[in-house]
Amino acid sequence: MAAAAIELKNITKTFGSIVANRDVNLSVNRGEILSILGENGSGKTTLMNMISGIYFPDSGQIFIDGKEVVIRSPKDAFDHKIGMIHQHFKLVDVFSATENIILGLKGKDKYNIKESAKKVEEISHKYGFDIDPNKMIHEMSVSEKQTVEIIKVLYRGADILILDEPTAVLTPQETEKLFKVLRRMRDDGKSIIIITHKLHEVLSLSDRVSVLRKGEYVGTVETASTSEAELTEMMVGKKISLNIHRSEPKDCEDRLTVENINCVSREGVKLLNSVSFTAKSGEILGIAGIAGSGQRELLEAIAGLQHIDSGKILYNNPKTGTQDNLRDKTPLQIRELGVRLSFVPEDRLGMGLVGNMGITDNMMLRSYRKGRSVFLERKEPHDLAEKIISDLEVVTPGTETPVRRLSGGNVQKVLVGREIAAAPTVLMAAYPVRGLDINSSYLIYNLLNEQKERGVAVIFVGEDLDVLLELCDRILVIGSGSVTGIVDARTTTKEEIGLLMTKGKGEEK
Amino acid sequence: MLAFLVSAIRLGMVFLFGSTGEILTEKSGHLNLGTPGVMCVGASCGCFAEYLYLKSVGPFASPVLAILVAVVATFAGAALMGLLFSFLTVTLRANQNVTGLALTTLGIGISDYMIAKAGTSFGRASKYFTASFPFADDLGWFGELFLSHGVMIYLAIIVALVCSFVLSKTRVGLNLRAVGENPATADAAGINVSRYRYIATCIGSGISGLGGLTFIMDYLNGNWEYCIDAFGWLSIALVIFTVWKPNLAILGSIIFGALYIASSYITGVSFAGKELFKMLPYIVTVIVLIITSMRNKKKNQPPESLGLPYFREER
Amino acid sequence: MENTKNKKSFSFHIVKREQTVWYKGLAIRAAAVLLALVVSGIVITLLTDKDPLAVYKSMWSGAFGMDIRIWSLFQDVAILLCISLAVTPAFKMKFWNIGAEGQVLIGGLATVSVMMFLGGKIPLPLLLIIMVVASILAGIIWAVIPAIFKAYWNTNETLFTLMMNYVAIQLVSYFLKVFVKTGSGVLFPMPEFGFPVLFNQPYLLNIIIVVALTVAVYIYLKYTKQGYEISVVGESQNTANYIGINVKKVVIRTLIVSGALCGIAGLLLVGGTNHTINTETAGGRGFTAIMVSWLAKFNPFFMVVTSFIIVFLQKGAQQVSTDFRLPQAISDIVTGIILFFIIGCEFFLNYKIVKSQNGKEND
Repeated sequence: MAAAAIELKNITKTFGSIVANRDVNLSVNRGEILSILGENGSGKTTLMNMISGIYFPDSGQIFIDGKEVVIRSPKDAFDHKIGMIHQHFKLVDVFSATENIILGLKGKDKYNIKESAKKVEEISHKYGFDIDPNKMIHEMSVSEKQTVEIIKVLYRGADILILDEPTAVLTPQETEKLFKVLRRMRDDGKSIIIITHKLHEVLSLSDRVSVLRKGEYVGTVETASTSEAELTEMMVGKKISLNIHRSEPKDCEDRLTVENINCVSREGVKLLNSVSFTAKSGEILGIAGIAGSGQRELLEAIAGLQHIDSGKILYNNPKTGTQDNLRDKTPLQIRELGVRLSFVPEDRLGMGLVGNMGITDNMMLRSYRKGRSVFLERKEPHDLAEKIISDLEVVTPGTETPVRRLSGGNVQKVLVGREIAAAPTVLMAAYPVRGLDINSSYLIYNLLNEQKERGVAVIFVGEDLDVLLELCDRILVIGSGSVTGIVDARTTTKEEIGLLMTKGKGEEK
Repeated sequence: MLAFLVSAIRLGMVFLFGSTGEILTEKSGHLNLGTPGVMCVGASCGCFAEYLYLKSVGPFASPVLAILVAVVATFAGAALMGLLFSFLTVTLRANQNVTGLALTTLGIGISDYMIAKAGTSFGRASKYFTASFPFADDLGWFGELFLSHGVMIYLAIIVALVCSFVLSKTRVGLNLRAVGENPATADAAGINVSRYRYIATCIGSGISGLGGLTFIMDYLNGNWEYCIDAFGWLSIALVIFTVWKPNLAILGSIIFGALYIASSYITGVSFAGKELFKMLPYIVTVIVLIITSMRNKKKNQPPESLGLPYFREER
Repeated sequence: MENTKNKKSFSFHIVKREQTVWYKGLAIRAAAVLLALVVSGIVITLLTDKDPLAVYKSMWSGAFGMDIRIWSLFQDVAILLCISLAVTPAFKMKFWNIGAEGQVLIGGLATVSVMMFLGGKIPLPLLLIIMVVASILAGIIWAVIPAIFKAYWNTNETLFTLMMNYVAIQLVSYFLKVFVKTGSGVLFPMPEFGFPVLFNQPYLLNIIIVVALTVAVYIYLKYTKQGYEISVVGESQNTANYIGINVKKVVIRTLIVSGALCGIAGLLLVGGTNHTINTETAGGRGFTAIMVSWLAKFNPFFMVVTSFIIVFLQKGAQQVSTDFRLPQAISDIVTGIILFFIIGCEFFLNYKIVKSQNGKEND
């Protein structure tokens, strides 16, 4: 048997104390499509970045056609005919497709856009792409941009293509088209690695599947001889008990009702598709889903930061008993309605807090408007800052130290502390424990539980299924912008959620 | 009318040099507000070198050499200013606006100092610059309009055309534009962003500097009457007016030149009204700026990362 | 940093400093100023062949040599400081208003118009009040036009405000040509309609006003809700949206403040100093002020120091040029040199250079 096109042996990569990849083995043959399957944070992208020269492995070997190679930079990867198509496109908006494709090439041949455009057309014809080489990038749809990225790699003569979640931004029809092209490339002898978490795509496209879980290599199976159930189990693993305290919800009443909201991105991709659910007081509603399935848009729509195209967001005010529609209201208008909505956004320092300000000033973000005086009132926020520092054990030199200098866990404590201090009736938290150590994570869980016991409607967007299962009362699963199910966290299984997560609109036949 | 057009062209070429240089600089993502200073320094270096050259050769100056000395000195002096700008903004990561303004202050100072040393009259040198084709006079209005100019006028148009060609039709131009639009992408494609910014800024400054020399030697016939920084600002305005295209700048610069001198040629405008006329280039520029931002058409926008620093994040 | 080569070599890396202790920051800045002084001294010495000590002595005497020089020094510091204060709120919001020159000039033009047309016709106190109102309004108009376009259409404010400068200059030229009866274009000073003179010191009132403004701007930025909103918008528009700040409103409101302060600077220049106007009345201070504000990290009290250093050097260099028969331009060169040193030293405040092996260090 011929040597694999590319083979990884015992690759390990750590970032500080976090192990991103441990002893991972992989191989792809010529003329083969390999899927890499895994949840968020399972180390798929890190692994691929090591092949494409962005990271350098701590230990382990990489072989190409049976020969050991060292890949230190993207240029080295190019030299070994490896091309990676990233999730975030690196294209110049005001350039045409061809100009982007030949950018940075140090060709000896004369610079000739027309010739290059012809070559681009040849490539696209060969594999069945559909692209106008003279079209400007800013006039293109996401799928066209992706096509440009793929042709760019092929133009440079890549034999091994890595695609990082290429379907995340595509419509089902576009996905189908992409798969057709990929199959053609496989038949042409190229090796293709595709990162994904959509099971049906894995099954329909790839020859073999390698599964990663929490940075570790789980195994590789032939697609023909596996099933969704087997892959899900490999991906999510056995349930691990975390011993998160969970109380029974009491006095539940409907607090926030979302009815049929729809949201379309500027590129015309559906971000939210008829999403409906109800968040109840005194319970934690978990939201599970692959990253980028619409969680952010959903929370921002509720918070008044994201325009929605249709639907209602109804808030039942416990004080007045009235019902208000929050749709198309600004955050300020929502507050003025008497809605006590707290929001811990995913982007802590870019949105929730101001990195260059101290804790006191960050406390003021929520409260500075209070009172009629033109002057700021710093006493209360300062007291609050001190209280949060002592209650949540924030490690900081002082209340005036810019928060960007604090560690991730402490930053999150400051943010969650402030949002809770506003005495909310609805508390939304997006990935509140991402990047936090165990102790900080538990502290956050406890805070959320406390709020729930106080009768707050808590919405928790998480990525770790074990945590969602133990912390939440109900779990809403979102896939490609649609609600694929709402399950009882006490009775469901990881496999059930895993399957729901990987279901998108595309496969409902 | 003919005299008006000829004058407009002569003054326009000052702007053309200035803005061609600034376009080159801005295409790399550098907003060099030091251009007025750069033009002053360029002009004074050129004049100073000319002064030294003519002094050393006495009456036996070679016309070609006389022009060459001034052009080379101008380019070198102005390019050095560009180097200073790049050093601060690229290597020392300083803010571009602040650095540019400081450069203008320094440039005006240096040029005033040099001129105070070299005198303000370069009439003899100017003769070399304004010498035109001998047969121009025989060709009537055609000769007057197209052939009666000095060497710098033609050089300006050639430089603008070359820059236009380089930017739109060569690999280097493509890479340069990528650097100004999206340096991260350019970096990922293996383009050395810092090097491109350094080189584009130095060459661009050198070209801008020639505008200063043209103004003194050609338009003012060698009499350094007043400071030329205002023409630097107008050159920056012209860049916007011509939506970052050197070939359009050829036409734009003549329009600017015409607007600037229109008041002197139009009868019926009062002495004071002329001052209002001089506002026109700026007002027209503001209107162009507003219209392009309102239409928000990608094609006519400033380079996307104009004025922004680029540092690759360390891993 | 170039790291694409496959060599196992040592290279220098630039690492962002976590935090600069205040005395270190001060030391770096002081070193920069001192170095700038040395370099300017060397430059002047090279140009004059004079003893460097004599040059410094002359510089010192230019700034502090006589009572009148000291007053004029403080007056110049006050005006530069006033314009620096004016541009600061906008900069803090990351709005690059480089049109202070024009805003000051238009404020001055409004003042001089009031002096010319109403002077002598109404009582002096009323005249002064109208001057104040007119100059502030004029400054506001000049600043708020680019702000509106920025807020609604994201029109590039740097270029817009820059163009507005020249429109203002031409307006002043026009005014001088129309209303100066002699046709010379030089408007005869009208001290009788200017600010009252306190304690026989013509500049004292200006200085007092600017001191008050310094404190006021400091308080505005640091202790008021509006100042807080400016900081939030400047740091992150995302955060501003998240907490419900209307960014458009803040941009326009802040430029109203900025423009008003520029108008006041114009008032001080015309009503309190020159009692006349020409196109050079702002004298490039609108641009220098940007650097003063930037180098002082937007802190009004630091601005006192930066503007003082710059004016001191300018005055000193002017004296040097008279004493040693050098061209006046020497003062611009010296200012340029010191500005570059202070701008350059920012790098050493924010970054440090470390030796590392092939880019594999942890930070």
